[in-house]
Amino acid sequence: MVEHRGWSRYIPYLVLSLGVAIVAFPVYLCFVGSTHPQDVIANGNMPITPGPLFFETYYKTLFVGSSGSTREPVSTMLLNSFIMASMIAIGKIAISIISAYSVVYFKFPFRMAAFWLIFVTLMLPVEVRIYPTYKIASDLHLLDSYAGLTIPLIASATATLFFRQFFLTIPDELVEASKLDGAGPLRFFWDTVLPLSRTNIAALFVILFIYGWNQYLWPILITTRDDMQTIVIGIKKMIVTADALTEWNVVLATAMLAMLPPVMVVILMQRWFVKGLVETEK
Amino acid sequence: MQKRAIFGGKTLPYLLLLPQLFVVGVFFYWPASQAVWQSFLLEDAFGLNTSFVWFENYKELFADAGYYRTMLTTGVFAIMVAGLSLSLALLLAVQADKSIHGAGVYKTLLIWPYAVAPAVAGVLWIFMFQPSLGVIAHAMRNFGIDWNPLLNGNDALLLVVMASTWKQISYNFLFFLAGLQSIPRAVIEAAAIDGASRTRRFWTIILPLLSPTVFFLVVVNIVYVFFDTFGIIDAMTQGGPSKATETLVYKVFFDGRLGGNLGSSAAQSVILMVMVVALTAVQFRFIERKVAY
Repeated sequence: MVEHRGWSRYIPYLVLSLGVAIVAFPVYLCFVGSTHPQDVIANGNMPITPGPLFFETYYKTLFVGSSGSTREPVSTMLLNSFIMASMIAIGKIAISIISAYSVVYFKFPFRMAAFWLIFVTLMLPVEVRIYPTYKIASDLHLLDSYAGLTIPLIASATATLFFRQFFLTIPDELVEASKLDGAGPLRFFWDTVLPLSRTNIAALFVILFIYGWNQYLWPILITTRDDMQTIVIGIKKMIVTADALTEWNVVLATAMLAMLPPVMVVILMQRWFVKGLVETEK
Repeated sequence: MQKRAIFGGKTLPYLLLLPQLFVVGVFFYWPASQAVWQSFLLEDAFGLNTSFVWFENYKELFADAGYYRTMLTTGVFAIMVAGLSLSLALLLAVQADKSIHGAGVYKTLLIWPYAVAPAVAGVLWIFMFQPSLGVIAHAMRNFGIDWNPLLNGNDALLLVVMASTWKQISYNFLFFLAGLQSIPRAVIEAAAIDGASRTRRFWTIILPLLSPTVFFLVVVNIVYVFFDTFGIIDAMTQGGPSKATETLVYKVFFDGRLGGNLGSSAAQSVILMVMVVALTAVQFRFIERKVAY
């Protein structure tokens, strides 16, 4: 920016490359581990270059499952994770966009009360009320169902606030013009608000998909059947067995597969990801 | 909510609110009030008899040295993760903000760990540092460093801190970079012309202008350590060895597991909720102040 002389202009490259290397190293090592045979990893002398078993390990992980137990193959878990993450993202966007539309564009008794009822949930994640929520979900027969896996995680205000902020920036002239054209509230929502919200919806979808995919505590409580497991809790269950029996190559391959979809989402949709992250402010 | 042009309608606004209010009511307000109610109850070992005991669960909790220890662990954990991840992220963001080639590539390569699930991050780090098979644990032993996170509480806490920091750097980095890019170049250049050195410019101009971002991130990082590190801890140490890595949320989970001590677990939940609400209130006052600028 101001001065660019001497060796000091290489400092940014050095620091950033070091940062990237440190950030990437754990994942690199995980990949290396997933390509070596189990006993090479277990005796603690794994080389730090990839081994020969890439295709075998990933095939086994995806379609057969680890041998020591009756675990499901990871492809089932991937599918569950995908369904859960999508349902959380879509569900939360759907209920939030209409409730935000209601509090911004209508005037009705108890409007502020409704807004505050939603707003209070902003920073209280499911973890703080975990057992009562579990009890209610089980009373409603939601254990081992996609509804039970997703709906309790939809109960929060972030998306509502995000849409509310955005709706407040839509010029009033648009509503007035629509009204002159004889459009009602639903017509205006469908023809004007929804198309204008496209990038916001995309940004929010990216953030919520990652949020859903990475859920841990709730899925561990709400699922008991192996075929309802998500990949993130599947990994954990593979390590629980006695240390020596852990099939580390399968565990590491599963970890790689668990990271791949959300990381790809961040990299490929970076613009929306950054927008969603910065504008929802968590 | 200061729209001039609004719609009338008697039932439509309520219909639009209904789905969210329903979900929030059933899965937020109902369980939250259940937690409060349960925190006043004492259940016998078989779950057959429950009695209303007023603040007994809270009294017991605050008389329990273990609870203070968990609070202390959580505090130390939060300070270490926030301190480490904020300073590393700031260092990287300052470098990435300079006019360099390939800034976008570096940015992409630094932000993806945000997408890694906490539990998976835990697996990655335990794999490197597991005493018997970890590559780095081996290297450390060759250097004569005594390292065993499975037995030594401090080692375990350090390991959990490292994994949590690794995951949080990307988030802090993004916000710092956005903050740095919003500082007008002219201010910094004026200082440079006045002869302020690079270091001086950073401490007297850049950092003060960045303080709203720092404050926001400190709160977010504390909340992150409180809740999102659950997966990291459960995958790596399960709160051990001998509770050295047990955070408040982990204790809520652990004490209430299999219907163990639901009353105490509920009381802990309530205390946690109060803490988070207080944090949110602090943050909100601050955001309002930021808007006033």
